[in-house]
Amino acid sequence: MSYLRMLAAGFAAAGLALAGPADAQTPKRGGTLTYAISAETPHYDCHASDTFATLHFASPFYSTLMQFDLAKYPGVKGDLAESWTVAPDLMSYTFKLRSNVSFHDGTPLTSADVKATYDRLRSPPTGIVSTRQATFGDIDTIETPDATTITFKMKAPNPAMMEHFASPWNCVYSAARLASDPNFPRNNIMGSGPFRFGEHVKGSHVTGLRNERYFEPGKPYLDGFRGVFMSQPAAMLNALQGGQVMAEFRGISPAERDRLVQGMGDRVRIEESGWTLNLLVVFNVEKKPFDDVRVRQALNMAIDRRAGAQGLARQATLRDVGGLVRPGSPFAIKDADLAKVPGYGTNIAAARAEARRLLQQAGVPNLKFVLHNRATPQPYTPAGIYLVDQWRQIGVEVEHRQSETSPYLAAMSSGNFDVAVDFSNLFMDEPSLGLAKYVSFDRAPENRSRSIDRELDRLYDLQSRERDTAKRYDIIRQFEARMFEQVYQAPLLWWHRIIPTHKTVMGWEMSPSHNLGQNLAGVWLNQ
Amino acid sequence: MLGYLANRTLLMIPTLVGVAILIFFMLRVVPGDIVEVKLRGDGGSVTQETIEKERARLGLDQPMIVQFGQWMTGLATLNLGNSMWTDRPVVEEISLRLELTLQVALMATVIAILIAIPLGTLSALFKDTWIDYTIRIVTIAGLAVPSFWLGMIIILGLLYLFNWLPPITYTPFYVDPVANISQLIWPALAVGYRYSAVVARMVRSSIVEVMKEDYIRTARAKGVFEKLVVSRHAMRNAMLPAITVIGLEFAFLIGGLVVTEQVFNLNGLGRLFVQAISRNDFTLIQSIVMLIAVVFIVTNLVVDLLYAWLDPRIRYGSK
Amino acid sequence: MAAVSQPTVTYNIRKRRPALVEFCIAQPLGAISGVAILVMLFAGMFAELVAPYDPLTINFGAMLAAPSAEHPMGTDAFGRDIFSRVIYGARTALTIGFFSSLFGCTLGAVIGVSSAYFGGRIDMAVQRFIDVMLAFPIIVLALVVVAMLGRNLVGGVDVNLIVAIAIPIVPKVARVVRSAALSIREMPYIDAARAAGFSHTRIIFRHMVPNVSAPFLIMFTAFIAQAILLEASLSFLGLGVTEPTPAWGLMLSGNASDFYREAPWMILFPGLAISVAVFAFNLFGDSLRDWLDPKFKV
Repeated sequence: MSYLRMLAAGFAAAGLALAGPADAQTPKRGGTLTYAISAETPHYDCHASDTFATLHFASPFYSTLMQFDLAKYPGVKGDLAESWTVAPDLMSYTFKLRSNVSFHDGTPLTSADVKATYDRLRSPPTGIVSTRQATFGDIDTIETPDATTITFKMKAPNPAMMEHFASPWNCVYSAARLASDPNFPRNNIMGSGPFRFGEHVKGSHVTGLRNERYFEPGKPYLDGFRGVFMSQPAAMLNALQGGQVMAEFRGISPAERDRLVQGMGDRVRIEESGWTLNLLVVFNVEKKPFDDVRVRQALNMAIDRRAGAQGLARQATLRDVGGLVRPGSPFAIKDADLAKVPGYGTNIAAARAEARRLLQQAGVPNLKFVLHNRATPQPYTPAGIYLVDQWRQIGVEVEHRQSETSPYLAAMSSGNFDVAVDFSNLFMDEPSLGLAKYVSFDRAPENRSRSIDRELDRLYDLQSRERDTAKRYDIIRQFEARMFEQVYQAPLLWWHRIIPTHKTVMGWEMSPSHNLGQNLAGVWLNQ
Repeated sequence: MLGYLANRTLLMIPTLVGVAILIFFMLRVVPGDIVEVKLRGDGGSVTQETIEKERARLGLDQPMIVQFGQWMTGLATLNLGNSMWTDRPVVEEISLRLELTLQVALMATVIAILIAIPLGTLSALFKDTWIDYTIRIVTIAGLAVPSFWLGMIIILGLLYLFNWLPPITYTPFYVDPVANISQLIWPALAVGYRYSAVVARMVRSSIVEVMKEDYIRTARAKGVFEKLVVSRHAMRNAMLPAITVIGLEFAFLIGGLVVTEQVFNLNGLGRLFVQAISRNDFTLIQSIVMLIAVVFIVTNLVVDLLYAWLDPRIRYGSK
Repeated sequence: MAAVSQPTVTYNIRKRRPALVEFCIAQPLGAISGVAILVMLFAGMFAELVAPYDPLTINFGAMLAAPSAEHPMGTDAFGRDIFSRVIYGARTALTIGFFSSLFGCTLGAVIGVSSAYFGGRIDMAVQRFIDVMLAFPIIVLALVVVAMLGRNLVGGVDVNLIVAIAIPIVPKVARVVRSAALSIREMPYIDAARAAGFSHTRIIFRHMVPNVSAPFLIMFTAFIAQAILLEASLSFLGLGVTEPTPAWGLMLSGNASDFYREAPWMILFPGLAISVAVFAFNLFGDSLRDWLDPKFKV
């Protein structure tokens, strides 16, 4: 697990700008935290969800087996688990659970509940959606020798298993409730987290109340919380500034940050970090002329990412120029190496001349196409505007077509587009998760370019089994070099996470993922 | 009168059936469906099998004619089904939002009447003087300024001048009238301006017409005060077209607050509609459209009845 | 919705001065708004010559610049010149406004006149269908049509957006034109034409359509204003024109309001542009109504 320490170092180096985490003071009890959630979850079932909207809503009500230790990210620590042992061959994991945990209805939480939860995750009953079915496909059996012990036996080793156990999506449900209705968690909340469910007013807000029986002594500090749904960024910002909400935990744009700092002065705390999200340009290799590698290369190298990053960084949540792995994380390409890749470097004039030449050579000097993009203001629209401008500069005429999420996704999965802006959304930096998007289309339906490349598949499998950090780093570089050469998909820019909180909000921890650290157990108000 | 009422009520049915048919088939042309948004909207990698399962659960895999049959049966039995996004009953989703939207529409109506009737009357009485010109320019401007832009200016103005903003979560009037009004007065003002412009113009032109009638002409020489007195007798007639416009605009606002609700982050019907559209939540879109159509048609009916009641010259046959 | 029975053709016979001069004298406000419309039309048509900058070129160096001689309305977050974008925006607004209104009013007029002319069951069926269409608020219908059709750019103009804005106009125009046409249908000369064995098409287009041209013209102008407003609303919601096309409603959406302290000009000028354009068309339509047909109400 040595690379985890490396990851931690990398993260520390990437740094938390402006303000550090809350000062070390004795937490005060009491108060209600109001925060904005920029989308409303359609249902309460963490297992079936992929959106932060579910976590920012439901995390405070639930516990998980393990959790990420944000102070030592990407290290993990126990949540329900008190201690654990991992077999050296990674073929079995045994967790010892806390013995004093009870659900909000008063029933004790035991290993049977954890088992029922993971059974639901890995093989959901008919009619139940688990978006993590594949993730836990490597689990062979789950055993519960006693009420506080649970053992996972594996079919195959998975070096990222502990991180998966710490995933915030694996809310532990009550086995009894699941037995009576497997769909119970979809419309009901009954967990063991630091807060009890208060009310959910559709389209408006959710509230939670302190769970007096919470297993961590003294926590939570807050009397309760109120998450207010605010889908309009402008309204959310106004509310932050006007004091109706004290925080927004997904992330705001730099322009929004500047506006808050100007309007609120030292009443607001800004924390920044890299973000485990990026935007990609995807070429549909089944469409002409994008089946021609020269066309793809030309379009990729014509994008001046360095200048774009600077300009966009003031208004979009985009900032870091990076390769396939998040810059600042241990398996990321070194910036000096990245700068040599055309389109990712500083000599844009040369890259553009080369791009024109390649288009000429490919027989499409006056290329015209439609850029398929999602009609979401941040950061898709600014990215689209920028791409259109960049391609105009090599004589390529682009129609920017933005569609609502549904038609956008429909076109993406049916391959009904030429070139598109795509995104990846991860909750951690593990390369096996992040690179899965780039393997052949027949293995990874989320590869929107529909490319088939067995060399990439081979390198992917190789790196996923490699436990030596240095060797794994090299294999990932080969994988990345192959992608830079073939350009089925090209990273545009990595996102940048900016979190505004009122200075009175203490004990919340920043991380590179907006999906982590939202159970609010340690948050308190300094009033 | 009763026969007329029955006849009109019966006539609503074919129109509503038409709306139901039209919206159903319009929606089925929309590319993509809600399942993709639900399961892949945030980048989740979900198998095609899971997608198909969810599609089947929502009944989207049924032949279109079967789905249509279900929709019509549902309407006939007043069972609108569940939202495809939240799986909650559509009625539950709509009712809370409708309360807010109705209140904003009502407040805007009151604002509009309070502004429009005096302005329109003045404008007519002082026709072709500077008073009339000023009022006409103000009212035409009211039609021109987009209410969402006015809303933005109001919000930014409040923030800029007082560093204060209206509350963001909706409190029903009977719980806390102050919080309720201080939240909803701003959007009501933003749309009320346009609304009052529409009504004021109608008031002006109908008074101008009434003034042309002989009994008013004779009063002309007597000066403005007498004119007012006389015109009060004529007011009833002059107000009839204004009532039509007020009714139509009110019905329009139930569905037409879409953009304003976005600007003010109001949890209203319009915003729900935009969200439902962007997610392809067919059951919800269909139900909202039906609701808006019912409001529109019923308002029309009420306006017509008011007409009959206020204007003895109008008599309806029962045919 | 009471409508007119007077055919207005007789007007031109009596006129000694050209109609344009008559109009300017009788309706000074209308003349002024007409000039404003011409200015916008000119600016939009010759945007390439009038606008100081290319509306699409990104220049991060000039980001969020305040209004100055160089950038009369300042720049936006991409360093694009707002004045140039407002001018090109006039092209977008007028093109979409003009064609939506033309398409919607023409279709509406044809339906209205035919419905009145044929009468009977056809009229009945058409009227019921129009009832159905009228039960949708304009923006709701437009939103559904936009979702239905998606986008389809022809020569830089979204044809589907034009259709989406035009469709809600159709039933309103059809209703008004029908009642105007109904009264004409009873005129002796229509009977005469029918007796002479003229085809339906000929009677409709040669005899009836010209006689409903006054309400048509008035509605056409009024609906240009409505169409511009609707396009701005749709674009503001992110469902109309797409970036980077310069369009007024679009310029107000997205992150424009984030910069209200730093760059209030980003929301000021596009909003003013919408207001002025709609104001001008409304006033012009008003004056045109007063001049052509004072009793007519839209």
